[in-house]
This record gives sequence, C-alpha cells and structure tokens, in this order.
Amino acid sequence: MADSASLAQEARRTWTPRPATRRRAGRVGDPLFRGLLRAAAWAVVVLAGGLMAALVWESSAAIRAFGFRFVTTSTWDPVAGEFGALPFIYGTLVSSLLALLIAVPLSLGAAIYLSELAPAWVRPPVSFLIEMLAAVPSVVYGLWGIFVLVPWLRDWVQPPLGRWLGVLPLFSGPGYGVGMLAAGLILSIMVLPYITSVAREVLLAVPNAQREAALGLGATGWEAIRVAVLPYGRTGLIGAILLGLGRALGETMAVTMVIGNRPAISASLFAPGYTMASVIANEFTEATSDLYVSALVGVGLLLLVVTIVVNALARLLVWSVGAPAGARE
Amino acid sequence: MMIVAVAVCFTLGDPRPIGAQMLVNGAGATFPYPIYSKWFEEYIKVDPAVRFNYQSIGSGGGIRQISERTVDFGASDGPMTDDQLKKAPGEIFHFPTVLGAVVPTYNLPGNPKLRFTGQVLADIFLGKIIKWNDERIKALNPSEALPDRPIVVVHRSDGSGTTFIWVDYLCKVSKEWEQKVGRGTSVNWPVGLGGKGNEGVAGQVKAAPGALGYVELAYAITNKLPAGAVRNQAGKFVEASIESTTAAAAGAASAMPADFRVSLTNPAGDGAYPIASFTWLLVYKEQRDEAKGKALVRFLWWAVHDGQKYPSPLLYAPIPPAVVKQIEARIGQITFGGKPILAAR
Repeated sequence: MADSASLAQEARRTWTPRPATRRRAGRVGDPLFRGLLRAAAWAVVVLAGGLMAALVWESSAAIRAFGFRFVTTSTWDPVAGEFGALPFIYGTLVSSLLALLIAVPLSLGAAIYLSELAPAWVRPPVSFLIEMLAAVPSVVYGLWGIFVLVPWLRDWVQPPLGRWLGVLPLFSGPGYGVGMLAAGLILSIMVLPYITSVAREVLLAVPNAQREAALGLGATGWEAIRVAVLPYGRTGLIGAILLGLGRALGETMAVTMVIGNRPAISASLFAPGYTMASVIANEFTEATSDLYVSALVGVGLLLLVVTIVVNALARLLVWSVGAPAGARE
Repeated sequence: MMIVAVAVCFTLGDPRPIGAQMLVNGAGATFPYPIYSKWFEEYIKVDPAVRFNYQSIGSGGGIRQISERTVDFGASDGPMTDDQLKKAPGEIFHFPTVLGAVVPTYNLPGNPKLRFTGQVLADIFLGKIIKWNDERIKALNPSEALPDRPIVVVHRSDGSGTTFIWVDYLCKVSKEWEQKVGRGTSVNWPVGLGGKGNEGVAGQVKAAPGALGYVELAYAITNKLPAGAVRNQAGKFVEASIESTTAAAAGAASAMPADFRVSLTNPAGDGAYPIASFTWLLVYKEQRDEAKGKALVRFLWWAVHDGQKYPSPLLYAPIPPAVVKQIEARIGQITFGGKPILAAR
C-alpha cells in the first residue's frame, strides 16, 4: 500500500510545481537538515529491504521443500504438510480486480461530479461523507458484510443472477451469499473513498485555463471534461486507482469474514475463495510445525511480490500513458 | 504521540509498585483465556506476591514460546507431539486445567432437536451426505420433518483447538476421515465454507438456512444456538453440558496416560458427551528459577483444587476428582535442582 501511495504522490508531482531549492552556503543547519532527510529516506529503503530479507529467510524451509510448486499447485493440507498457494494468489487477484471493476467507475464518477459539476454547497459535506468511509474499521465492514450484505446477496441477488445468467460460468453453482462476489463488493466499498478523494484532488489541481480553453473552443461541458480535464490528470487518476488496488490486495479482516475461506479455484463468483492475507491471518496463530509456519511466511512473501509486480506493471502503464500527454502539453 | 500518552496512562494508572512482586509469564491458547484470567485475578488473593501475565496468542504460539523458553509456562488446546517434545530443551509436562466440548449446530426451519452419530457427522463433513432428508439422518430423527435442502457445511477458517477436537472425534469414528483428512488445528476440508472464529461460524450458520457447523459448548450456550445430541460409545444420545463433558474425562480416567497427553473424544461411559477435550498448561519438569518454580507449582495445585469452582460459571467443565488425584502426583514431579518442589514446601 505504501508503494501505491508513493506512486500516487509521484503522479501528483507531475503537475505540482516543485519548490525551488535555494542553497545558502556557510550554514550548519542546511547540511544537517539535508543529512537528516537523507537518513530518513534511506531508512525506509533499508526497512523495506530488511522486510524482504526476513520474509525470504523465514520462508526458506518452504521454498526448499516445494520450490516452484509452491506457486503452481493448489493443495493446502497442513496435516499432510502439503502446501500450494495458487488458490490464494488467484483469490487475491480476482477479488481485488472485481473490487476495482466496481469501484473505479463509481469513484471517478463521484470525483468528476464533486470537482466539476456539483454546486459549491454540496461539495464539502459529500466529500466528507465519502472520506468517512475510509475511517470505518475493516472489522466493522466485515460484520456488516456477514449480517447485511451476505443475506442480501443470497436472497435477492444470487437467485435471479443464477436463474438468468446461470449459463455463464461466472454465475453458476449454488449461491451461499459468502464467496468471491461478497468479497469483491466489500472491497469495492472499502477502496472507494481512497480512489474518490485522490481523484478529486487530482481533478481540482487541473488549471482552470484548460477548461476555459476547451469551453472557449465551443466544447460542451462533457467534452471539456473528456478532452481537457481528464487527459491532463491522467497519471494522477491512475495513481489514485493504484492506491485503491494496493488497499484491496492487502485487505485482510473484512475479506476473511465474507469470502468463505475455501482454498479452491472456481470460475464462479458465487463460489467461496481465499486470499493470501486471509490465510495468514487465519492460520498463523495455531500453526505448530516449522514447515507450516514457513509456508505461511512464504505466502506473505508472495503477497509482497505480487504487490510489487502489480505496482511495477501499473508504473509502466503510468509511463506509457503519461508520455504522450506530457508531450502534448 | 497517542501511543506514548496511552503508555504513560497505563504506567501511572497501575497502583501496584513495580518490582515488589514476582511476574510469571505465560502464553498460548485463546480458548481457556477467560478462565485463566479469572484464576490469575483470584489467585492474587491467595498469594499477593505473584502476578501472572498471560498472552492469549494461540496454542501454536504457546508451544513455540515454551519450547524456546521465552515464557515460564505455555498453554495449548492440543497436546504437543512427540516430535515437538523431543525438540524442546527440557522435559515438558502437560497439566489439564479445564475441559471444553464442541457441539454441532445447525439452521433448520422450526429449530428441531436433532440427533447425530459420529459416522453421520463424518460423512456430512466428507461431502457424502449432502441433503438434510438423507435416509441416515431421517433414521436417527424419525419424528422430525427434515427438509429437502442441501447441507451447507460450515467450519472454522482459523487454526483452532475447537477444530482439533472436532476432527479428532471424526478421525476416531470414521476410518475414511482419518485417511483422507486427518487431525490438526487446520485441515484440508473436503467441503464447506470457512468462518473466522466461533462467531464467524455461528454467523454463517445463522445466515444460511440448511447450514451445519460446529462451535464451542460455551459459545453455543451463551448464544442459545441449537446443539445436536451425539451418540457416544455406549450407544446413548447425549447432549453437551458441563456435566456430560466432565463425565467424558471421568470415563477416560482409568486409561489416563501418566503424561495426560490424551484425547478424550469418543470416551467410554453412559453419560459422557463424546466430543470433549482437556486444555493444558505446559510446564518444564526441571524449573530453572527456584522462586518462579515454586510459584508455578503452588498455582497449579490451587488451580486443580480451589480453582475448580470457577470454571462452571464461565461454562467450562471442571476436572473430575479421579483425574485431580493423578494431576497431584504429576505436580509432585516438578523439580528444581533435581529436587521435587512440592515436597520442599
């Protein structure tokens, strides 16, 4: 998550003017200050490296025992000492992508409304309410999921979906309420405030001259947003989405409570699944054998790697879409 | 800043002078945490010089910490394996403290009182019995109108002593379960959904009509969940209660191994509820600190005698007297410098 945050930060910096660095020679304060900041920056790097090293070290027993099979097999049997993490990787990616699929249109829509269209008196209370969603503890989301969302899905959403779209593998099988769909929905609500508030900030930072120019050329309101505002903030908007993705990948408690915790890969969104963060939270406290603990730490390492890979891909995406926009400016 | 403020509050708020008494540290199982914290609180009145500090981090953590000697005592819902005992730097004793039971709970229209056998429960959890109106469930409950509904199996998703007791019982009543799944705090479930904690399982059972799960007895009683009666080894259908759980240990007393590492599931005895287990404190035979060793021995003695009046109100089952006698002998074997501590009192 810290990674996506810094990415969003950097994306935002592309339009925020960087304060000019002034050097006053002969002072003690400045070099000292610079040194402290440099130390702080490197401390973060060392910390991240140390974290990675510790995870590799602690999971070495599982890596030695299973090698590449650890990420390609799907049997998770603590009794027999057979560990394959594929269902957890699958569950993490699918639930997070599902969350983004639902949350991105909603958040971007809300952000555009709040920054471009809403009357001035509407903006502060609505923005505040959306940001409030981020302050709700995840276990509360989980409880709400168990007692409200899951019964609602089971009684009102899954039966009609199954009846009309049951031929698609996506909506096949019995609907228990809990499962991948519930996890994706809960996650989408949880990432919504992050994407919305960052996207709103990004859009607010778009200079008014952009809008005025577009409107001056005879563009409608929608066209002005589409051709002048959104492309200008494109990198920032992608940063906002990545921040949401980072949050979704690592979210543990709420997902654990509604996903059904079954290490199986199924095409159906109704089927129960499992995520990497959930299996660690579920099984670590009672894991007694060394290999078992090592396998769980290995899942943690995988989660870190998946997060890094996803972020790296996203960064490439930012670069590839960011360059032409910059060239045009 | 917040953390500092809170920390200061705690230090200032504690009226007891630090260092005036001995601190005995323990860690482990979460299941007996309520009774242990009650005991440690009551024990202050017995011996004001000793304070117990217990962290309920889970049985796995308890076993790891006692094996690394980072705590003075451990606690676990499942006994340590031979392998784990061999790896520990000294001989570790298991002391049963209280008993817990696990009950099948379900969600059916009309809330019928159902009866199960171990074999039927095993086959449901193996995915071989998939409907509530299966002939074998009907045969056990001839007077109930069982619906033509699929059984939604719910199990614990977190590693848990409750799961261990449940699957240990299934292993004993079903060869197929033992071969395919086996026993552990987490297993590779053939079917079903996972709920986190007793509340997660109960929540999913309550939410899904046709669900069948298992929870701790105490949790079922306090939350008024329907609990099925289970047929014991003597062929009687027994409902779980504090008495029938204690009876399970009494039934096993005659065959109790000296180290108490015993599984109580499916015991002999007419009144014994078959899905029950001890929870244990883990203590080194040879204590390294004389004062702490003495404090531990005294506490253990107190816990299995005067302390046994506290479990029942908290819905744990007390240890039957026959087993207390056996525990007394074991406490007598704890030593410091090779000499029994109890004799030196």
